[in-house]
Amino acid sequence: MNILTEILGAIATIILAFTVGMFYGGTVRRVIARLQNRVGPPIYQNFIDLLKLQSKSTSIHHGAMQHMGPVFAITASITSLMFVPILNGEGWFWFENLNFSGDLIFLLYMMVFGSLGMALGAGQTGNPNSAIGVSRGLSQMVGYEIPFVMALVALMAQFHTTSITGIMDIQSESGTWMMFANPFAFITAVFAMLGMFHYAPFDIVIAPAEIASGPISEFGGKYLGVMMTSGSIFAFVKLVLYVDLFMGGASNLVMLVIKTFSLYMIPVLWGAVSPRYRTEQAITYFWKWPLVFGFIAIVWAIY
Amino acid sequence: MRSVINISIMNERNGQKIVEIIKNWSRKHSIFVMAYGTGCGAIEIPATMTSRYDAERLGIRGAATPRQADVLLITGYLSTKTLKRVIRVYEQMQDPKYVIGFGSCTINGGMYWDSYNTIKMLDKYMPVDVYINGCMPRPESVIEGFTELQRIIARGEGNGAAKYKENLEWYRANQKKVLKNWPLEEYNW
Repeated sequence: MNILTEILGAIATIILAFTVGMFYGGTVRRVIARLQNRVGPPIYQNFIDLLKLQSKSTSIHHGAMQHMGPVFAITASITSLMFVPILNGEGWFWFENLNFSGDLIFLLYMMVFGSLGMALGAGQTGNPNSAIGVSRGLSQMVGYEIPFVMALVALMAQFHTTSITGIMDIQSESGTWMMFANPFAFITAVFAMLGMFHYAPFDIVIAPAEIASGPISEFGGKYLGVMMTSGSIFAFVKLVLYVDLFMGGASNLVMLVIKTFSLYMIPVLWGAVSPRYRTEQAITYFWKWPLVFGFIAIVWAIY
Repeated sequence: MRSVINISIMNERNGQKIVEIIKNWSRKHSIFVMAYGTGCGAIEIPATMTSRYDAERLGIRGAATPRQADVLLITGYLSTKTLKRVIRVYEQMQDPKYVIGFGSCTINGGMYWDSYNTIKMLDKYMPVDVYINGCMPRPESVIEGFTELQRIIARGEGNGAAKYKENLEWYRANQKKVLKNWPLEEYNW
């Protein structure tokens, strides 16, 4: 395995994540439309939107960080993607991933990096709605990161490994998915996922009717396109990470799509029938039942 | 036979380059609307967007801020006080941008034709691409207006932003006639 095939594999992985993520975005718009008794846009609508956003002019300048915010976001998405194994076994397109023991802890930090970069970028635009959105986003992150970390700590403590491939190997050896080996960790992680995907009732960050789409309110055209790309890749990363950790990974792409899509429908369908929480309601939501389940998961893991 | 086909393609292309055709195709099928609810016409927008008429199937969706929007939808009468904000919103939008005048009030003043504090013709203050007539226009007419805008974009004639930049002095003079003692920003595009 020389360096060239590794790089080709990495590029193929990015293209796969982008394509699947964009199609998921379109499918979600269509699913929500069907739930509201509408027809909905075609599932390739997000590609058209992206093409249009990239062909718009962008003549807004608020400062250097404003231009770097979307770049931070997409860097964080792609870096996270590089550390998540797409398929188990020999991997997708000769590219396993950049795994090392402890990559799960690294990923915990990397997944926050994009939001922090966006917060810096949004902060420099000087729009009051952006500032409100950023403060809401960071508060919500404090909310859902704690159950997420508790779920992961339960897994790490139960199987004495801090590597994603290690956890996948344990699942394929024992033949039991982690969502059955430690069900409370899975429940806690699903609660955290509700907040992570920013669908209703946790869409307090980009509340379009309330704070005019929050952090992205000053970003139009190409910047919005970059953020859309980044969001699609990041959604795919999070779903594949969950599938790897709790559902035993996937042996081929069809299984991967089935598993990630069924997992994705949890926040989407919950969001389609929910109104929006207030900020303090959203945070206390994560600090009540998810914490209880998280404690049970850790106790389950230790004993 | 072949030349006939060529001519028909030329007519459809309207002298555009291939890249422009692709760009205009995407612009036509993805319209982010800044619904500026200035008047009573805004009540027809929810009906257009929700399940009965479902504008999202045509790629039309709402945008939260002017930075993200393509279309400025002026729904109904514009008082001179609102005109200040509308001009600012229009100038914050990114090229290419389009304006849809919605309802009779934007065409000739409508039922406010003799009002002392509304503007009568929107076209004097910013370049309007499509007018939708009616008081109120029903959601069918609104969607018909949007499809007309799509045809204009596909022909490559939706260049209101360039028109505004070219004739900025004329538009500014008209705006200053109604907005007295109000500083309007100067640009050097």
